[in-house]
Amino acid sequence: MSVSHKVGTMKSKQDEEEGLDTAEGEEWMQGKTLVKPPDQLDLTEAELNEEITRVLKASNPNAPQNVVRYSFKEGCYKPIVFVDQMAIHFELEGNLVHKESDEGRRLMAKQAEVDDGGGVERPDNVAIKAAKREQKLTNQFNFNERASQTLNNTPRDISCQTEPPPRANFSATANQWEIYDFYVEELQRREKSKEKHEGQFLNKEEDKSKKKMIQAETQNDDISQLAKVVKIIERMVNQNIFDDVAQDFMYFEDASDEFRGEKGTLLPLWTFQYDKAKSLSVTALCWNHKYNDLFAVGLGSHEFTQQGGGMLLFYTLKNPSYPEFIFNTASGVMCLDIHEHLSYLVAVGLYDGCVAVYNLKKKTDQPIYNSRASSGKHTSAVMQVKWQKDDLDSNHNFISVSADGRLVSWTLVKVQIQMTFVKCLRKTTSYNVKLNKCVFFIGLVGTSLDFHKQKDYSFLVGTEHGKIHKGSKYYSSKFLEKYDAHFMNVTRVKWNPFHPDVFISCGWDWMVKIWDQTMKSPVFTFELKTSVTDVAWAPYSSTVFAAVTTDGKVHVFDLNINKYEALCQQKVVSKKTKLFNIEFNPVHPIIIVGDDRGHVTSLKLSPNLRKKPKVGDALILCIEKPTH
Amino acid sequence: MTAEVEETIKRIQSQKGVQGIIIVNAEGIPIKSTLDNSSTVQYAGNVHQLLMKARGMVRDIDPQNDLTFLRVRSKKNEIMIAPGKEMYAFLFRIQKPKQM
Repeated sequence: MSVSHKVGTMKSKQDEEEGLDTAEGEEWMQGKTLVKPPDQLDLTEAELNEEITRVLKASNPNAPQNVVRYSFKEGCYKPIVFVDQMAIHFELEGNLVHKESDEGRRLMAKQAEVDDGGGVERPDNVAIKAAKREQKLTNQFNFNERASQTLNNTPRDISCQTEPPPRANFSATANQWEIYDFYVEELQRREKSKEKHEGQFLNKEEDKSKKKMIQAETQNDDISQLAKVVKIIERMVNQNIFDDVAQDFMYFEDASDEFRGEKGTLLPLWTFQYDKAKSLSVTALCWNHKYNDLFAVGLGSHEFTQQGGGMLLFYTLKNPSYPEFIFNTASGVMCLDIHEHLSYLVAVGLYDGCVAVYNLKKKTDQPIYNSRASSGKHTSAVMQVKWQKDDLDSNHNFISVSADGRLVSWTLVKVQIQMTFVKCLRKTTSYNVKLNKCVFFIGLVGTSLDFHKQKDYSFLVGTEHGKIHKGSKYYSSKFLEKYDAHFMNVTRVKWNPFHPDVFISCGWDWMVKIWDQTMKSPVFTFELKTSVTDVAWAPYSSTVFAAVTTDGKVHVFDLNINKYEALCQQKVVSKKTKLFNIEFNPVHPIIIVGDDRGHVTSLKLSPNLRKKPKVGDALILCIEKPTH
Repeated sequence: MTAEVEETIKRIQSQKGVQGIIIVNAEGIPIKSTLDNSSTVQYAGNVHQLLMKARGMVRDIDPQNDLTFLRVRSKKNEIMIAPGKEMYAFLFRIQKPKQM
C-alpha cells in the first residue's frame, strides 16, 4: 500500500499563499510533485484507512511442507512432520583459533621455532634472542643486516671441434638367405679352427704355405667358377640349337606305332662327332652308370693296316657338339669299360696290347696306370676289358682278353698295375700244342668277354674261330663248356641281364644266336643279311635285344612279341658306313651306335620296342615253347 | 684365364646365332667381353640388377636353393645368364627364339 503525499500538497498551497518569500523553497517544494505509478490500485478513502495487520512468523516460506519418506519398517510412505525451517542466507567459515585451545598452542609453538631458525648467524643477537622466543623483534641497538655477494666467475663457453671420422654409407638387406649364408660360413670357420687346433705343430710352415694357397685358391676359385659358368652357358646354347631334338628326346612318343602293329621305329636324335676323330672309327662304347647322360667312346681302327693313334672321348647328352673329356692314346683303343661303382675309373684296352686306366677326376691327360712291356702286357690287341669286384685287399682289378689268347687279370696296387695270369684259350681239337706254363703257346684269338651278372666267377669268351667257351675263374686250367657258335669270328657274347642261363652271341657269319647254357645248340637263330658287329640286351626287358650290322642297319628284336622277325630294321647312317657298336642307355629309352667314321648317333626307341613283359620271366616262356 | 675356358668361350662364340658373351665379376664390372665397350657396360649394368633380384627371390623362398640359370627371351633376341659364386657370365644371342 502506498501512502499518498498529502502533506506535500498542503504545504505547497501554503507557500503559494504566503507569497514569494522563499523562492528556493518553493522550487524545491515544487520538485516534489506527486508521481503515480501507472499500475497503482485506485482505492477509496475508506479502503485506504483500513488497518491491516501483518504478522512476522518464524517459519521459512520456502521450506517444504509435505515431505514424505519411505519407511522400510512399515513398508509404505510416511509424511514427516517436523521439517527444518531454517533458511541459510550466507555462510562464511572463519579461520580464527582460540589462543588457549590445543590447536592454537600448537601453532604458537611452530611460529616460535621458525623465528629461532631464522636468526642464528649473528652472535650479537644470541643473547637477545634467548630472551625473545615468542616474538621476533629486531634489536634496535646493534642489529645489522648484512648481506654479501660472492664473486661470480665470468661464464665462458668452451667447445672444440674435431675432424669428423670418415663416413661411408653402408646398406644391406637382411634376407633369409643372407642369414643362412652367414651361418654356413660360421660353421665352416669353426671347423677350420678346430682342425687348426688339432694340427698345431706345423705352424709356421703351414702358415706360409697357407698364405700362398689362399691367394692361389682365390684365383683358382675364380677360374674354376668361370669354367663352370661358361660350361653352363655352352650347354644352354647347345640346348637352344638342338631344341627340337631335346624336346623329342624327352617327350616324343611315336603315335604311329599304334597303327603299325608290332613294328617300331628308331628316331634319330643327336649325332656326336669330334673333328680330330674323323679318321678314326668307333671301336667301343660304354655308358656311365652314375651319370646317365655320360658315355665313353673309344676310337681306333679295326683294320690291321691302318693303325695310328687312338682317342678316348666322353660325351654327354647335354652337350652334343663337343666332348667333355678328351684323352689321346698312343695306339688305337679297342675296348673300354667304366667301373660300375667308381664311375671315374675307366679301363681301356689298346691295339698294341697295353691296358691303361684313366681317372676322370684328375685333370691330366695321362692315364694313372699304364701297362708297359716290363709290367707284362698282351702281345696282341686287347679285345675286351671288364672290371671286377675289388679283391680282398680292396684293390681294384679288371680282366682282359686279347687276341693272343690270354685272359689276364690286372690289379691296381697303389701306383702299379700288376698282371695275374688267369687262363689261356686252348684249342682242343687237331692242334696238339704243348703249353708250357701257358706263357708261350699258340692259342685261340679271343674276341669277346662277358661276365655273368650274378655269378661273378662265370664268364664267356668268344673266339675268332667261332667257338664260345664258358669258363670259371676258379678253374684256370680247363673250360667248363664249349659251344660251336658261329662259322666265323664271334664279335660279341653277352649274358642276359635277367635270365641266369641265357646268353646271346653274334658273329661275322651273319647270325645272331641265343643260347641256354645248359644246351649245346642255340635256342634261337636269326639271320641278318650282313655280318653282325655288335649285339646288346635291353636293360628294361629280358626279351628285347638289338644288333648292328656292317650295312648300317640296326635291328631290334623282341622275343616276347615276335620270335622270328625283327621289330625294326632301320638304316641309321649314310651309305657305306659300317656300324660297329651299339649300347642301350640304362635309364633312358635311347641307344647309341658307333660307326667307322668316328660318329656316334643316338636314337630313340619307339614305344613298340620298349614294351616291358608283364610276366616276370618272359624269356623262359619263350624258350620253353617249341621253336620250329 | 685358363686355356680351357678360353677355348670354351671361343666355341660358344662360333655357334651360329650367338652375338656376344660377357663375363662379369661380382661387383658388376665386366671383365671380358666380345662386344664393344659401350654396349658391354650397358648390358652389364642392367643384367646385374636383374640377377641380384632373381637370386634374392630364389634364395628367399628356400635359403638352401640357389639360382643356376636365367633366360630372358624377347621378340628379337635372347639373353642367357649363368651366375657363379663370385662372377657370372652371360650371353647375348640375336637369333630369333623358336616359337614354342
